[in-house]
Amino acid sequence: MPNMSLKKNPMPHQDPVVRAGNFQEVALGYTKEQAIDEAQRCLHCKNMPCVSGCPVMIHIPEFIAKVAEGDFEAAYQIIAQDSALPAVCGRVCPQETQCESKCVRGIKGEPVGIGRLERFVADWHNANATEKAVAPAPNGHKVAVIGSGPSGLTCAGDLARKGYEVTVFEALHLAGGVLVYGIPEFRLPKSIVQKEVDGLKELGVKIETNVVIGRSITIDELMEEMGFEAVFIGSGAGLPMFMHIPGENLKGVYSANEFLTRINLMKAYREGADTPIMDLKGKKVAVVGGGNVAMDAARCSKRLGAEVYVIYRRSEAELPARREEVEHAKEEGIIFKTLTNPVEILGYHNPDDRRDPKNGSVCGIKCVEMELGEPDASGRRRPIVKEGSEFDMEMDCVIMSLGTSPNPLIKSTTKGLEINKKGGIIVNEDGLTSREHVYAGGDAVTGAATVILAMGAGKTAAKAIDEQLKNK
Amino acid sequence: MYRIVKKRVLNPTVTMMEIEAPIVARKAEPGQFIILRVDENGERIPLTIAAYDREAGTVSIIYQIVGATTEKLNHKEEGEYIQDFVGPLGRATETEGLKRVAVVGGGVGTAIAYPVAKKLHDEGCHVDLIVGFRNKDLIILKEEFEAASTNLIIGTDDGSYGKKALVTELLQEQIDAGAKYDRVIAIGPVIMMKFVCELTKKYNIPTVVSMNPIMIDGTGMCGGCRLTVGGETKFACVDGPEFDGHQVDFDEAMSRGAMYRDFELHAREETCNLFKQEVK
Repeated sequence: MPNMSLKKNPMPHQDPVVRAGNFQEVALGYTKEQAIDEAQRCLHCKNMPCVSGCPVMIHIPEFIAKVAEGDFEAAYQIIAQDSALPAVCGRVCPQETQCESKCVRGIKGEPVGIGRLERFVADWHNANATEKAVAPAPNGHKVAVIGSGPSGLTCAGDLARKGYEVTVFEALHLAGGVLVYGIPEFRLPKSIVQKEVDGLKELGVKIETNVVIGRSITIDELMEEMGFEAVFIGSGAGLPMFMHIPGENLKGVYSANEFLTRINLMKAYREGADTPIMDLKGKKVAVVGGGNVAMDAARCSKRLGAEVYVIYRRSEAELPARREEVEHAKEEGIIFKTLTNPVEILGYHNPDDRRDPKNGSVCGIKCVEMELGEPDASGRRRPIVKEGSEFDMEMDCVIMSLGTSPNPLIKSTTKGLEINKKGGIIVNEDGLTSREHVYAGGDAVTGAATVILAMGAGKTAAKAIDEQLKNK
Repeated sequence: MYRIVKKRVLNPTVTMMEIEAPIVARKAEPGQFIILRVDENGERIPLTIAAYDREAGTVSIIYQIVGATTEKLNHKEEGEYIQDFVGPLGRATETEGLKRVAVVGGGVGTAIAYPVAKKLHDEGCHVDLIVGFRNKDLIILKEEFEAASTNLIIGTDDGSYGKKALVTELLQEQIDAGAKYDRVIAIGPVIMMKFVCELTKKYNIPTVVSMNPIMIDGTGMCGGCRLTVGGETKFACVDGPEFDGHQVDFDEAMSRGAMYRDFELHAREETCNLFKQEVK
């Protein structure tokens, strides 16, 4: 008899007041008892609607059945057939718009906490499993993967499990891509990413850090000189976008990418770190934008001791960030200024002292109020400026979180690689680009999207590469 | 890890290091840069490529000790390793079709001007290499400069070697003497590049400057290295590091470059104290 409680087992969290002052993980994870209780809410529908909501088609009811039985390792093995990064996805996937949105239990009450169960199973495995992955017998084919973010790691893992000799090239000094430079420790502990990367190494995947494909080595060289038979491009999103308003290059204006990279990859928040970040204790920070990245930047600023405002031009209902992230941000005391849009970032200027070190620093932000008009091409109501609504707010730091445009490096050094007008690499349904044996996926194709979509693309490409090479 | 093959002190604060990095050496061109981290906790700093040896698989960098990271780097000796070394990054200097060029360098920037001058000189271009230092003791790479130029002009701020003049004055003299340049390439402190550009603008001489802003990833991701060129935002790591000097907003670049000055001073002091303790 299933557990007919209408509500999910709540996720234990760090207290908001405490966590706003540290970088430790916010969500603490289910206990064994909570996991089993939650797993018993699953009705094991024959048509498995949840699976159709998952970009990598994890066999969700099957793994949940194993959790209900208390056989967590068996549950992990079921997830691992389809997902290379369960501990990551259990934390950062937007389950509410994917698997859980299709859950029958969600029609009347809350859906089964699939994401929370996935996380529990992956964490249980990481803490308890003793058997190491064994590299399969090599099949003699070599594949290069560019970028070690979610799409690259997934593609590499899937191919390695089939016996391919896979080398992942990473431009930064550490593998993980956005999982290490973008998503903060308090949402995704870096030790978890490291575990996933180590798991791939056990499967025989080679990871070459400090190699910038397009500069250090070109794609043509990978294929013609280095013997790679196929290449997967998972180079991720590129340069940050700005608003093109006055003051964006003042001292104290960061792109979210830079701000988060300083904190997450370079650990600038730690005492004694070599990489600097602005001292935000007691300062005011405006984060412009309403996506998950904006929430991450806002919550990091809070943890550095700032008073934080999120400035977003539409209303709260249109915030593109996950609901959970918005709620967490609010609990931590972040102030939302919705229907507000910046028109200028104001800089400090001391007319009497040209050498005043504060000259050229942010001192405020000029905004206008917005109202919502008719729906635009995206289907969301278009924000319109309210006449005469201009106002200033004092600020010490502004973080622009407006999305990214694709990195030009690979396309400019790879002949015959077609891109769309937004700069994304054009691929077919198998992830194949306009170049033979060259595949692509993730943000390099779609522009900024989610971890799980990137993983799905890595998976699709791995399958297509395998089909192409196995019969060669 | 990347081995330090050779370390050569050029003057009391400027040092050259040859680093084993075959992947970088294969592709390196004048004008490009690398990013390094000295150790596990190290920050990523960009340094322009000073020389490269494709056969030996080495790349040389020249650095001035200005902050904690360069201080730490300077404590590494031949045979030791640095943590990370990635490149070549940025676009190479365009030298095609140039007949007569003035390469103007100031201080440690002269070291970066060297490979550019050498390439031009090797390609048969007439190169006036104008370099400026504070005083005689700080002059570096004199022999290399001689070999890489048609005409080497050295000036010092105090007149202890060569002419007592700023590089802008030395360049002015050449222009006054009738030198017709296709291009001026200026590499050095931002303030020097600014004044070189003000001068060349008067004569409509196309001028290229090499910008060295604060950077983290260096591959077109963080956006920290942005600057305003011709009213547009550009990124030094992928669009540069060389730009049309007559279009660059130097004042903004100087202001942005000073963002972490206090942190830097403090961090360097701490690093120095740390090394002093080790010696005891």
